[in-house]
Amino acid sequence: MISHYFEIFFTALFVENLVLTFFLGMCTFLAISKQVKTAFGLGLAVVIIQAITVPLNNLIYNLVLQPGALSWLGMPEIDLTFLGLLVYIGVIAATVQILEMFLDRYVPGLYNTLGIFLPLLTVNCAILGASLFMVERDYALGESVAYGLGAGGGFLIAVVLLAGIREKLEYADPPTGLRGLGVTFIAAGLMAMAFMGIAGM
Amino acid sequence: MIRALDRYMRSLAPHFHKGGKLERWYPLYEAADSFLMGSRLTNPGAPHVRDAIDFKRIMVMVIVALIPCVLMALWNTGYQANLALTSLGLELPAGWRGVVMSRVGVDPVSLNSNLVHGALYFLPVYLVCLAVGSVWEAIFNIIRGHEFSEAFLVTSLLLPLTLPPTIPLWQVAVGTSFGVIFAKEVFGGVGRNFMNPALTARAFLFFAYPAQMSGEEVWVGVDGLSSATPLVALAAGPVEQPVAALDFTWGAAFAGTIPGSMGETSALACLLGAALLLATRIASWRIMTAMLLGAMAIMIPFWLIGSPDNPMVNVPPHWHLVLGGFALGLVFMATDPVTAPHTEAGKWLYGLFIGALTIILRVLNPAFPEGVMLAILLGNIFAPLFDYLVVQANIRRRALRHG
Repeated sequence: MISHYFEIFFTALFVENLVLTFFLGMCTFLAISKQVKTAFGLGLAVVIIQAITVPLNNLIYNLVLQPGALSWLGMPEIDLTFLGLLVYIGVIAATVQILEMFLDRYVPGLYNTLGIFLPLLTVNCAILGASLFMVERDYALGESVAYGLGAGGGFLIAVVLLAGIREKLEYADPPTGLRGLGVTFIAAGLMAMAFMGIAGM
Repeated sequence: MIRALDRYMRSLAPHFHKGGKLERWYPLYEAADSFLMGSRLTNPGAPHVRDAIDFKRIMVMVIVALIPCVLMALWNTGYQANLALTSLGLELPAGWRGVVMSRVGVDPVSLNSNLVHGALYFLPVYLVCLAVGSVWEAIFNIIRGHEFSEAFLVTSLLLPLTLPPTIPLWQVAVGTSFGVIFAKEVFGGVGRNFMNPALTARAFLFFAYPAQMSGEEVWVGVDGLSSATPLVALAAGPVEQPVAALDFTWGAAFAGTIPGSMGETSALACLLGAALLLATRIASWRIMTAMLLGAMAIMIPFWLIGSPDNPMVNVPPHWHLVLGGFALGLVFMATDPVTAPHTEAGKWLYGLFIGALTIILRVLNPAFPEGVMLAILLGNIFAPLFDYLVVQANIRRRALRHG
């Protein structure tokens, strides 16, 4: 039984890495990967948000939105799935707000370096993507905890790896037109190609 | 004769230096000059290091170390093709190769016939690789004013060794272009890239054209003959004794007389190359040892515990080491000084990581029979992070020690 949760966790972590196989959350991935230290902070923030929002959305979906979920109110014919996107985004926005206040108060250094990209995590497609995948795959609550942790951890690994590569690429000498983001895109593409090796496991 | 050539090259020099009318083409002049005459550079100021080693010599040593692999690639490719022809009862291979072979004769016992037949497969791939890669190098070097680097000679020799003999030449050209441009030149050339260009090209071809890079029909250069690579045969073999599925001995696999990519079959040839690289201290012994240990640390427990349904788990460790591209990757790919970590502790981590991942991919990933190439590429991606962690740990330790 426990191995099932591990499987979900590791699949989300490596095999179906949201960033490197689904190309979700690219904007944050490319923007906050100049330094390993900041990238690690951002990655941790994503792990926390995913670990909270995916199970929370799972509860909401199973208890409120799912067709027939409201039968405990005596209304079994109601289907609220069309509210899904709206509700998930709301939950994510609230979680991000709380995390932002927490970081501002206790880790001001990281709060300042993340800048605008912390509130922008609200509209990060990797985070919404994880919740949508959770619904699509019909995860139970326990599975969604494992999946949330894995999806967040996958983002953490990818962004820290890219940051390591970019610190090394500081010494590279790309053609003028490719300096900065251009070469980062190519590096991210090469990373994704290497990650294909774990796909199919 | 050499003096006259030398005088001629010197007389040309002013045209290519700054202000000369051919300044733009200096990289080409420099390449021709250093190919013909050796380096003219002497350091004008102190300190003067008296050491014969330089970048050019390092790369030439790697090429020398690759000679056993190349010879084995020539012989074995021809041997497998001749063997296949004989077993099919054919006299000559089809097409232009048949015209050449009609003069030499198809005979798997003859050294000459095997070498010539193998060369008919290896040389076209190698020449295409060399030509296409050189053109891209020349374009980038001339536009950007860089000098040619001998490292490409190594890349262009490594890539054909990892390809199956039947690969279409246009695919070789596409793969080489991708490897040289996107893995190396966009980052500013040799020494600034973070992924091994030869492996990137190989991986690109593998994902882009799986039909020509895997399966059962590509490993022997004869149409209509299917011959699975040993790793595929093992995965389909009987669960308890997967080795029984192979029709050759461990000795044959070690020497390399088995089907596979052109240069990867022979662990013996790689071992000879490794001896030279280690004796000259060009390749890092730390990476090689660590990769071997990492692979052992995974495959021995797998083998001891065993598995009732996955035959790959039950493959004995000594077979793992001689099959697939493990030896070639260990000796020539993982030790690439540019894409490996630069710290000593980082090299240990890197080697352990690649070795362990190779076996994990090989055994547990049903999608790909071989894991070495992808494990090394992933290692390349993790290498900067290993360096970062080692450096940070050092900083922390020294801060604690000295306040």
